[in-house]
Amino acid sequence: MKRSLITMSIAGLLALYAGFAQAAEDEVTMAEVMALLKAQQAEIEQLKKQLVNTNQKVEATAGAVESVASTAESYAKVADWADKTHLGGYGELHYNDKENGKTDEVDNHRFVLFVEHEFSDDVRFVSEVELEHSIAGDGQNGEVEVEQAYIEWDFAKNHSATFGQFLLPVGIINETHEPDSFYGVERNPVEKNIIPATWWEAGVKLHGELAAALSYDLAIHSGLETDISGSKAFDIRGGREKVSQASAEDFAYTGRIKYTGVAGLELALAVQYQEDITQGLGADEASALFWESHFAYQAGDFALRGLYASWDIDGDEAESFGRDEQDGWYIEPSYRLTPKLGVFARYSEWDVTAGSNADTEVEQIDLGLNYWLVENVVFKVDWADQSNGDGDSFNLGLGWSF
Amino acid sequence: MRRVRLRLLIFAVFFAAGFAIPPAMARGVYLTPQEFLQQSLGSSDHVSQALWLEEVDKLRAREIFKREYPGFRVRYWQEGETTAWIFDEIGKTRSITFGVVVEGKQIKNIRVLQFRESRGSEIRHPFFTQQFIGLSLKGQSGGLSQSVDGITGATLSVRAAIRVARFALYLSGRTAPNQQVAMDD
Repeated sequence: MKRSLITMSIAGLLALYAGFAQAAEDEVTMAEVMALLKAQQAEIEQLKKQLVNTNQKVEATAGAVESVASTAESYAKVADWADKTHLGGYGELHYNDKENGKTDEVDNHRFVLFVEHEFSDDVRFVSEVELEHSIAGDGQNGEVEVEQAYIEWDFAKNHSATFGQFLLPVGIINETHEPDSFYGVERNPVEKNIIPATWWEAGVKLHGELAAALSYDLAIHSGLETDISGSKAFDIRGGREKVSQASAEDFAYTGRIKYTGVAGLELALAVQYQEDITQGLGADEASALFWESHFAYQAGDFALRGLYASWDIDGDEAESFGRDEQDGWYIEPSYRLTPKLGVFARYSEWDVTAGSNADTEVEQIDLGLNYWLVENVVFKVDWADQSNGDGDSFNLGLGWSF
Repeated sequence: MRRVRLRLLIFAVFFAAGFAIPPAMARGVYLTPQEFLQQSLGSSDHVSQALWLEEVDKLRAREIFKREYPGFRVRYWQEGETTAWIFDEIGKTRSITFGVVVEGKQIKNIRVLQFRESRGSEIRHPFFTQQFIGLSLKGQSGGLSQSVDGITGATLSVRAAIRVARFALYLSGRTAPNQQVAMDD
């Protein structure tokens, strides 16, 4: 019993000592904890500052990203607009060494830019603006002209409607006249004087295919307004109003059928009826019927094209000037000696006073060559020899399109 | 007054004739790629392959198209010795989608899948495309073995078809097994 008490006393003392020792040890740890807490608090403060900085950076980055996204969207809109908008153009510079006492000329004959824009897959705008003879304005030789400005609408597969100012579907070069697409420095005299190219009017046109390779054009449009006196009376070329505050008392109607069903071949027939080519200025109604037919054929390096066009104008006034009948034709063989070099010959006859008894028919023989530096840049040289006319000349030309 | 009535009558006939034509599928889509592959290779299920363009190919492309050819590879489809290619090429201002089939070293067929230009769609007709059948590349020049007769008023579309035909013939000669990588459609 006594031994047990002693043992218990010793154990109690040991436990008490251990408790004191633990308490002393705990006091040290608390100090360390406090230090740790302070350190952590400082670190938290530091992190808070960093968080503020980071948030500021995130905001700045987000702003930059949004700015870039906004810019990218703007670029995307610009790219989309650019993808739907097309620019192009063509031009030709001529040197004419003229015979028969005429002054030789160098002439920046045409500088043309066209702009097209697609509003949708089936509605588009087409325009073509031309500066002729380099300088326009009062007392200058040139003109600024809007040749085309129309809306084209594909209302059905292979059928479209055109509203506005457009090139008439007549002749070979009236609609397609980039200088690298034809022979000769100047455009051929028959299409220039009889058709008269380049000829545009304002109105409505339907275009489409009746069958494979058989297309049609139908147009209602503004008409000619020729003089009724003087040397230009009933002159077709001078009668183009060019849709410039043009008289619209009398309209005109044009139709064309074109067949291209054989490789390299085009056959076309165009007819036009003018209600009155004087727009009511004359004493009698000068209604007119115009016919034009042509072919163009290419077989390998050889090509041949020919065209006939005529006017039949009603009324005694036109007849009194011999202008009640006007007609002309030409034929033009050509041959590509190399892919870059081609030679041509052309025989033309035309008469703008074919209704008179006098011999007023002009004949012209052209010989020349084209050298295509690249597909769309061409150098030209030709000689023109006229009979019953004074247009003999030697010509040099530079043409381009894009 | 009589003339006004006549004009109104002509306008009415004009629009009635024009708009009586029923609208069809999207403008100028003559063949879908699937239809083209079905007709060309007997199936539209072929997995397309890719020909990676090397520097020499890029040079030839630039020579043919007169511009840099975009992209690093060209997709094509193959059945035996027959390869089918689909390209977009600008005519005047808008792209024309062509499908070209090459067998051996000759063109087996060329089709216009989609035409987006205002003029020149006549190039899609067989009287024009048949000229390409059997053509191959001529010597080092890379030109076609025979000339192709053009279409008046469609010169730029004709040129686009010729460029695409030349490129398809050239690339078909470059299709070797170690250059082919399957692509997902």
